[in-house]
Amino acid sequence: METAKKRMLSGNKAMAEAISQEMKRDPNVFVLGEDIGVYGGIFGSTQGLMETYGPDRVLDTPISETAFIGAAIGAAAEGMRPIAELMFVDFFGVCMDQIYNHMAKIPYMSGGNVRLPMVLMTAVGGGYNDAAQHSQTLYATFAHMPGMKVVAPSTPYDLKGMMTSAIRDDNPVVFMFHKSLQGLGWMDQLDESVGSVPEEAYTVPLNEAKVVREGKDVTIVGIQMMTHYAVKAAEKLAEEGIEAEVIDLRSLAPIDKKTILASLKKTHRLLVVDEDYLSYGMTAEIAAIAAEEALYDLEAPVRRLALPDVPIPYSSPLEDFVIPGAEQIYEEVKKLLDEN
Amino acid sequence: MKWMYEEMVKIRYYEDQMVEVYSEGKAPVFNIGAGTVPGEMHLAAGQEPAAVGICAHLTKDDTVTAPHRPHHHAIAKGVDLKRMTAEIFGRETGLGKGKGGHMHLFDPAVKFSCGGIVAAGLPHAVGAAMAAKMKGTDWIAVSFIGEGAANAGAFHESLNLAALWNLPLIVVVEDNAYGISVPKTSSTSVASNDMRAGAYGIAGAYVKDNDPIAMYKASEEAVSRARDGQGPTIIEIETHRYLGHFQGDPELYRDKEEVPGLRKQDPILKLKKQLQADGIADTELEEMEQLAKKAVDEAYQFARDSDFPKPEAALQDVFTSEMTKEVE
Ligand SMILES: Cc1ncc(C[n+]2csc(CCOP(=O)(O)OP(=O)(O)O)c2C)c(N)n1
Repeated sequence: METAKKRMLSGNKAMAEAISQEMKRDPNVFVLGEDIGVYGGIFGSTQGLMETYGPDRVLDTPISETAFIGAAIGAAAEGMRPIAELMFVDFFGVCMDQIYNHMAKIPYMSGGNVRLPMVLMTAVGGGYNDAAQHSQTLYATFAHMPGMKVVAPSTPYDLKGMMTSAIRDDNPVVFMFHKSLQGLGWMDQLDESVGSVPEEAYTVPLNEAKVVREGKDVTIVGIQMMTHYAVKAAEKLAEEGIEAEVIDLRSLAPIDKKTILASLKKTHRLLVVDEDYLSYGMTAEIAAIAAEEALYDLEAPVRRLALPDVPIPYSSPLEDFVIPGAEQIYEEVKKLLDEN
Repeated sequence: MKWMYEEMVKIRYYEDQMVEVYSEGKAPVFNIGAGTVPGEMHLAAGQEPAAVGICAHLTKDDTVTAPHRPHHHAIAKGVDLKRMTAEIFGRETGLGKGKGGHMHLFDPAVKFSCGGIVAAGLPHAVGAAMAAKMKGTDWIAVSFIGEGAANAGAFHESLNLAALWNLPLIVVVEDNAYGISVPKTSSTSVASNDMRAGAYGIAGAYVKDNDPIAMYKASEEAVSRARDGQGPTIIEIETHRYLGHFQGDPELYRDKEEVPGLRKQDPILKLKKQLQADGIADTELEEMEQLAKKAVDEAYQFARDSDFPKPEAALQDVFTSEMTKEVE
């Protein structure tokens, strides 16, 4: 029986708390990025840090992304544990060389002799009409490239626990948080953006998916926001007697095949939902895993739901059309179950 | 100068109306995705001199690239105001059929573009200047950026190329003192970006006090230099952003008294006084103001009256061939 009152935090406060606790624990941890100081991060992931740790460990940077992300790499190689934020994942293009040719490859090219214990965090996600250069998730772009762990937590509990793990990890970690799940005052107020978060430091592994809802009829693998929509769809399906199992992938790389395959053995049907583009993406990867390792467990072809291969449009009816929602997930599951 | 006055009034009125329209449908809870105009909104009230001072010397054949705060540049460059507004409203009649929105306005008829990635318009302007030179025209390219953007790699690489190839490029740096919350003093190692011109061996100019007339004069020189094949210029103008970085910005990084103080030296009033001193009758000024406002009101009405695009239209325009097919 639970008696202690649970402490509720928004996603961004949970992240900021993890960073703060790790900064206190380890003097090598520092944060740098645009508007992460006085502003506390545009999405609030660094709020309160400037007040506590001051400008020597919480560095507002100029808009010089190649330089400051490259500097995080250089500092990490010297044994520091930098956390760099680049506001939106869409902006990574300007400094991609530092990310995919250096951050991801130096540990390998050095035969494991150079470690880069750094976190690169950024906001992903659409659904609020910010158009093609501010609404992408780009999960697959990063998960595709070996050498960095890539995570996309979907609850305040996981945001804190996975951030703590990411900071303590000796590998570079790309930490993607969803804008809508930060609990911001200027976004749609979603219940999912607030959750219970223990006060003390704790870790959540960076390589484990989580079954967030058990079921026997179909497996829905979701990522971040899509997991929440999948749960909504599952609730509606349950009213019709269809029990969907929902998996929150959480870790994009390395990917937790075991949890997915175990679920398929049970449900024999798979729908994968992603807020990233359809082709060459996470849905394709997971479908391929199912085809390679669980084909004979499947009773129907795998279905995928993701952004059609178009840049994200601005206008509401267009954006609503391309970004999957609970209703579409529900429809896809119905189609999947009709395949017999 | 009269043109500049009318355009400045138009821009200010446009932005003031946008403040109102943007707040429609966002109460009681402020949700940027809701309402008549959703998404982020970066307004330029206060920064008009930068745009009009140089656009006064441009024709529709000259290219302009603008950043995420583009309305003043777009209006001064002569972008179709109705279709621009419809785009910001996400309507089918918009410049990009509702696909681009406020940060992504494209009007090829007057060679205008803008974008949401800081400093990314600079290399495009370099390319436009190259094209102008290759085609043997006297067209020029102007790229507007904020002072924050002058710290990006693209700024330095673009200026180096433009200088190296002696291109007809003018970079206008709008120093509104902040890159979101980060003050210029903690982001740039020199006091003003015209000083950086020396590093590339090109001309630089600094315009103080958000002065539209000084901007006009500095631009006149830079434009004739570019048209005569004498290479690029960096113009930095000291200007002011009266509103937040985006609508909804709590602005905790600046003193509450800052903006009211700045508004007292408004560049529009300054130019108006100058025009009056030059003997322009008040009735004429009023008439100009009315005309400017009418154009804006009509644009907003056009946007409101326009339909939303059909959802399936989201799938079109990824490739040009699809557009061709549509026409066939
Ligand atoms: C490459 C890139 N990095 C960061 C951002 C986020 N961002 C948008 S505007 C802005 C500040 C820009 O400041 P400045 O260039 O001075 O222009 P202002 O907003 O003051 O007009 C930042 C950091 C972005 N859009 N693109």
